[in-house]
Amino acid sequence: MTGDLVGAPVHRLEDAALLTGTARFTDDIELPGTVEAAFVRSPHPHALIRSVDSTAARNLAGVHAVFSHADLAPLLTRNLIPPDNPTLKFAESTRAVVLAKDEVCHVGEIVAIVLADSRYVAEDAVALVDVAYEVLPSVSDCRDALAPGAARVHRDAPDNVVATFRAEYGDCGPAFAAAAHVLPLSLRQHRGGGHPIEGRGIVARFDPATEGLTVWSSTQGAHRVRDALVVLYGLDETRVRAITPDVGGGFGSKHIVYPEEVVVAGAALALKRPVKWIEDRREHFLAAIQERDQYWDIEVAADADGRLLGLRGSMVHDQGAYTLLGFNVAHNATLAVPGPYLLPNYRLDVTIAATNRVGTIPVRGAGYPEGTFAMERAMDAIADELGADRAEIRRRNLIPADRIPYELPLKARDGSTTHYESGDFPACMEKALESAGHDRFAERQAAARDAGRYIGMGVANCTKITGRGPFETGIVRIGPSGRITVHTGAMAMGQGIKTAYAQICADQFGVDPGAVKVITGDTGTVPMGIGGFGSRQTVTAGSSIHLASVEVREKALKTAAHMLEVSDRDLDLKDGTISVAGVPDLSVSLADVAKALSGAIGYARPKDMPPGLEASVNFLPTGLTYGNSAHVVEVEVDVGTGGVRITRYLVVNDSGRLINPTIVEGQIVGGVAHGIGNALFEWMGYDDAGQPVTTTFAEYLLPTAPVVPNVEIVHHETPSTVNPLGVKGVGEAGVIPAAAAVMSAIESALAPFGVRIRETPISPPRLVELIGEAKAGS
Amino acid sequence: MTGVGELPETRSVTLSVNGERHEIDVETRMTLADCLRRKLGKTGTHLGCEHGVCGACTVLVDGRSARGCLMLAVQANGAEITTVEGLASRGGEWHPLQQAFHEHHALQCGFCTAGILTSMVEFLGENPDPTEDEVREALSGNICRCTGYQGIVRAVLDAAGRLRARNGAIAP
Ligand code: FES
Ligand code: FES
Repeated sequence: MTGDLVGAPVHRLEDAALLTGTARFTDDIELPGTVEAAFVRSPHPHALIRSVDSTAARNLAGVHAVFSHADLAPLLTRNLIPPDNPTLKFAESTRAVVLAKDEVCHVGEIVAIVLADSRYVAEDAVALVDVAYEVLPSVSDCRDALAPGAARVHRDAPDNVVATFRAEYGDCGPAFAAAAHVLPLSLRQHRGGGHPIEGRGIVARFDPATEGLTVWSSTQGAHRVRDALVVLYGLDETRVRAITPDVGGGFGSKHIVYPEEVVVAGAALALKRPVKWIEDRREHFLAAIQERDQYWDIEVAADADGRLLGLRGSMVHDQGAYTLLGFNVAHNATLAVPGPYLLPNYRLDVTIAATNRVGTIPVRGAGYPEGTFAMERAMDAIADELGADRAEIRRRNLIPADRIPYELPLKARDGSTTHYESGDFPACMEKALESAGHDRFAERQAAARDAGRYIGMGVANCTKITGRGPFETGIVRIGPSGRITVHTGAMAMGQGIKTAYAQICADQFGVDPGAVKVITGDTGTVPMGIGGFGSRQTVTAGSSIHLASVEVREKALKTAAHMLEVSDRDLDLKDGTISVAGVPDLSVSLADVAKALSGAIGYARPKDMPPGLEASVNFLPTGLTYGNSAHVVEVEVDVGTGGVRITRYLVVNDSGRLINPTIVEGQIVGGVAHGIGNALFEWMGYDDAGQPVTTTFAEYLLPTAPVVPNVEIVHHETPSTVNPLGVKGVGEAGVIPAAAAVMSAIESALAPFGVRIRETPISPPRLVELIGEAKAGS
Repeated sequence: MTGVGELPETRSVTLSVNGERHEIDVETRMTLADCLRRKLGKTGTHLGCEHGVCGACTVLVDGRSARGCLMLAVQANGAEITTVEGLASRGGEWHPLQQAFHEHHALQCGFCTAGILTSMVEFLGENPDPTEDEVREALSGNICRCTGYQGIVRAVLDAAGRLRARNGAIAP
């Protein structure tokens, strides 16, 4: 490394526009002649569409068009939404469609789009579109979906099984037979939606002069949006450009290409004028992805000392009506189970079940919270069985530092095995316990109980796969202006990655991060991009940008050496100027070097130097890198009301080398808040037919300032060995063990009653119920 | 909803936004937030739920915080409105809250930020020396999905100090 910006708590470059109201989110894009869209959505969980009559809607003043499947079909090459994953085998009936043709399979599925002068008029017109439905039987709960004789989610499917798979290594049979303890656990896990405060949205413009289609979309994957539009409308790659303006959070809910994006772009092609659609919150509840339900029936085997011998069982995952991405949530959940622990034998049989609810894909954490929850509940169950301390049981099972690198024969989706290449899991937990005063907690707890107060301390550990490849481009360019720009396929959605990337780049040129302009999420400037998910972008794009910056720096120094007729080893690069060491007057600016390399007349250029002061790098990680964390939580439970107050929250986190500790801490705290939501508040309810019953923020509760505690963070930096920066991803680190730690703490507080928590989220009334049941059972 | 063939009713209203007077015709059903964003180009005010819970749309109407999504533009006729664009001084110097938000990493995506800033301007006006619990309580009407609130709470406490110092300096 050259400068000292990497690792510095630099204030964010993104802030100024956001703080003064001059940022540009999708809804802030106003193109002349824009018409606004509203969607006609299915009010039924499952129905046949007999007819769509939009006459009255079309006749409303201010309405330009109403398109249903029949109207847009001629423009589309097919009615199926990408991604096209050739290796994924699943029930064809669950392939998502662009527009419902004759069957709708969840409430909120789009049936038609209305285009009008304003959203107000468009919504008036939506109410005038007359859709004749024939309601079909539906299924809401994923376990019911698998019962014999269950209603079918898709009329033509033989059953509701989307796919099955097994995660396995070792041999559970003998391990369980020999175990001193075998403990069963039935877990019901629920995670709601992403709920970024900015919903989804898209503006599409067709320009007849260039035959170009430009879309501005609030997405986590601009390139995937472009690619989908290219395929679905049979367009030329070079004629379609997807741009992501400022994005108001994603958390998974903007990670796929949605039918709405495709239909809005189609409407722009058909009308030859700009079209805008901005999701409202109700639509986000109805039609944006969620993570939702998993039912685990497992048993864990341990020896007499509480050391893990095996974990086995089955899990049912609620896929919703459509397979929008694959089985990442279920798959990741199975991968997350062993986590930082020595688990010698493992077998989990997974059934992915279709339901008449909106499709599920990963929300921040992506199945890791569920797998972690399962293992951490198992740890607590073993501790309770043995009457041992919960931290002590974990201590006995954590992978010792001297066994790192550690290999698990468990395959990730890219086919690689789980390979913990760095990290010290026991040290992280000990640090967390020590900071939390764990060894003196029992005394405090006893004193509190004497005073009639129920306090508890919980602990949970996790690992998280990060830095998924295959790559993310980093382009560094210095033009004749001397200004430095970075282009990448990575996506900014509020994390602060532009600042982090600017730090990485600026370090090579001895300039302020503010002197580096970072442009993300524009397919017009970077041909390929994967996108923002899975805590991957600092690793992939960060490494590419670092390597490209180093290359440009070297190019600049060599060229300057030629121009100054000295050796490049005698040169200093600082403040955008290259000078001969000790002779500051003998210098050239980066602008001059850029001019020389751009072929400007009169500038000397080394003959063998490729033109352009720029470099483009696609760093290919040789392996995944794993972050890990230990969370310790203290709570106080009001046994009368079931109210849970989190009084202390400690995180020890290993995200490898930190680019910007402030941004990393922001990611962790935000993740913890999300995890607290999953533990105590966020519940996406459906009735037995599949009708959503929580469709406002008054019914679906997000964590607010009074319920989220201050989170104390201790960094434990073990640099990753598989990328040049030594970084690990951090976007999801905070959320993963949070619900497990909170539940552990609640159980600890309620130990006198023997309450066992086997579900997320847990509401106050439910906790009161569990206390009652535990009292009655004891 | 307007019936078929019936034109939505419009009224002429006068709004003063960040000290600038506007006389405009608005549909009676248009919300204040849509009016500010669409008709007056003040896109710094955001909509996160349009049902009064998230607080992203909060603006100051005659100095009092109001949900721009729940108030109609016609209800604000004659009022003085402050949006996030009006928080900095005329010379462009940031409000102490804006400065503190920047320094304490009180925003990530920034979509909730305008509504939080305006709410906190009102709050610190009423309670210049709040405790952390009071700040958290005051923030309970604004949802932030990104930050976990920690940076926001620190920033508000810090800004309170800066404002006290500034006001103390003016009025000893
Ligand atoms: S948009 Fe007004 S409160 Fe959410
Ligand atoms: S900063 Fe993203 S919602 Fe608050």
